[in-house]
Amino acid sequence: MSRSEIMNAPVLEARNVSKTFVTGSHEVKALDTLNLSASKGECLAIVGESGSGKTTFANMLLGIYPPTTGEFFLDGMLLPARRNLVLRRTIQLVQQNPLSSLNPRRTVGASLRLALDVHSIGDRPGRSLRVGALLEEVGLPAEYAQRYPSALSGGQRQRIAIARALACEPEILVLDEPTSALDVLVQARVLRLLDELRHRRNLTYVFISHDLAVVRNIADCVAVFERGKLVEQARTQNLFSNPAHAYTRSLISAIPIVTDEEDELRRTMMEPRHAH
Amino acid sequence: MRRVMWILLSNPLSVIGLLLVGTVIFSAVFADFIAPFPSHRGAVVDFSNFNQPPHWPNIFGTDLVGRDLFSRILFAYRISLMLGVVVLAIAVPIGVTVGLAAGYLGGWVEFALMRLTDVFLSIPPLVLAMSVMGLLEPTLTNGMLAVTTMWWPWYARLVYNITRSESQEGYVLAAEIIGASRLHIMFREILPNCVPSIVTKMTLDLGFVILIASSLSFLGLGVQAPTPDLGSMVAEGGNYLPDSWWLTVFPSLAILIAVFGFNLLGDALRQILGGDT
Ligand SMILES: Nc1ncnc2c1ncn2[C@@H]1O[C@H](COP(=O)(O)OP(=O)(O)O)[C@@H](O)[C@H]1O
Ligand SMILES: [Mg+2]
Repeated sequence: MSRSEIMNAPVLEARNVSKTFVTGSHEVKALDTLNLSASKGECLAIVGESGSGKTTFANMLLGIYPPTTGEFFLDGMLLPARRNLVLRRTIQLVQQNPLSSLNPRRTVGASLRLALDVHSIGDRPGRSLRVGALLEEVGLPAEYAQRYPSALSGGQRQRIAIARALACEPEILVLDEPTSALDVLVQARVLRLLDELRHRRNLTYVFISHDLAVVRNIADCVAVFERGKLVEQARTQNLFSNPAHAYTRSLISAIPIVTDEEDELRRTMMEPRHAH
Repeated sequence: MRRVMWILLSNPLSVIGLLLVGTVIFSAVFADFIAPFPSHRGAVVDFSNFNQPPHWPNIFGTDLVGRDLFSRILFAYRISLMLGVVVLAIAVPIGVTVGLAAGYLGGWVEFALMRLTDVFLSIPPLVLAMSVMGLLEPTLTNGMLAVTTMWWPWYARLVYNITRSESQEGYVLAAEIIGASRLHIMFREILPNCVPSIVTKMTLDLGFVILIASSLSFLGLGVQAPTPDLGSMVAEGGNYLPDSWWLTVFPSLAILIAVFGFNLLGDALRQILGGDT
């Protein structure tokens, strides 16, 4: 662990977390005694190949199912298997596929409104205003509340999914491959939006990706999963400049060499967040 | 809605379905005004004009006690449609709730509800209805009860299958993560995605309910005299074939039109709404 992490108390901690799935007589060890932590306001990236246990980790963190062994801690407090509304509200999720994660038969407004209603956020008449404000916060016009998901592009849908997660006013946002269903240009825009939102709302991210190139610009800290095991956790710069593990090196070398133009594009999309 | 209408009107078969269904509903609703002899729906007797072939003003002929067949068929449509609507109005909410609960909640709820549904589905519909009608008095209310008993399981199965696959969708997970109640997820998130299939099946079923109700009264287990009923008319007229052919032919045609119309319309809706019935 690096020094800054020892100084910042972790907001989120996984201690000795394992998960074994049993289907009939068949057992799959999806995660093996994992220890991991994230500091307040930071973006912790989890990278690894498909099937390395990233989604399993996210699901247990969200309380969708409990770990086989081990515990999660939020601000030093044990997270119970059954979450009450307050705990649910604190940890929210953005899924990979925004087409499936939005109900095709409910308007964008209704989907956003649900979070406000469930958690009684704001007074009833004020909630439609809040829905509009949330849409504007993710860079969409407030009128989009009337639309159905089918009338939106992939990037717009993912912005709605982000707005819905934000509607709960969470402290921790779990992003499970939030941009891998989007094309490169849209991906860069959504990443920039996520970066802005994290700073504005002082959110902690658990950013899951199979692609190291994606997390390079957004993560403060990277955890590398390989077949259910944490093989390396390091500050992003250290990881890229000095990868300790052979598996990490192979992931880094798998990053496609981008053309200068593409690289420039990524940089310009990511950098001017303060000069916005 | 406008899009659905437009597609309906651009396909000749669905236009025919729409016309037939329109005719049936119009006849049922406005029977009092269209029927030349509205009083003939009841126990009227006119032995000066009984068992007559079609002639003016009795365009479909008269029955064995001299009542106007055309008027009686219009009123029979009203009964049939009422029966269909009431049966579906009871069976659909029951079936939908059972299907949603079994498909979304899973576990022992799913086990219990779907075994019960299977039991009902394994009994041939007419047999089930006949046994219910055999136990109870053969009145209109009991007829509805009988048909309802055998109809809800089809909706339970349909909605169960859709719910099972919809539960895997990300929007259900999203609602769960937000902390929405199970009732909300079942009725506000999943149900809207079942509606196209349900509407399609209801349209198809209106025809079938009318047919089943007619079959029951054909067997003497349905609506009782003097209330006009298509099934009883066919059954009674069958004794006087082929001489008094109009007694059988016109009520049979009336059943055919209703069943055929609802089927064409249902098929068209299935194609448009993409329901998987
Ligand atoms: N519900 C489940 N039942 C059985 N096996 C599962 C289940 N979920 C995940 N797995 C298995 O656990 C492993 C890790 O899966 P996952 O966490 O989805 O990986 P990733 O998100 O990194 O692609 C895989 O081998 C997968 O097949
Ligand atoms: Mg995954």
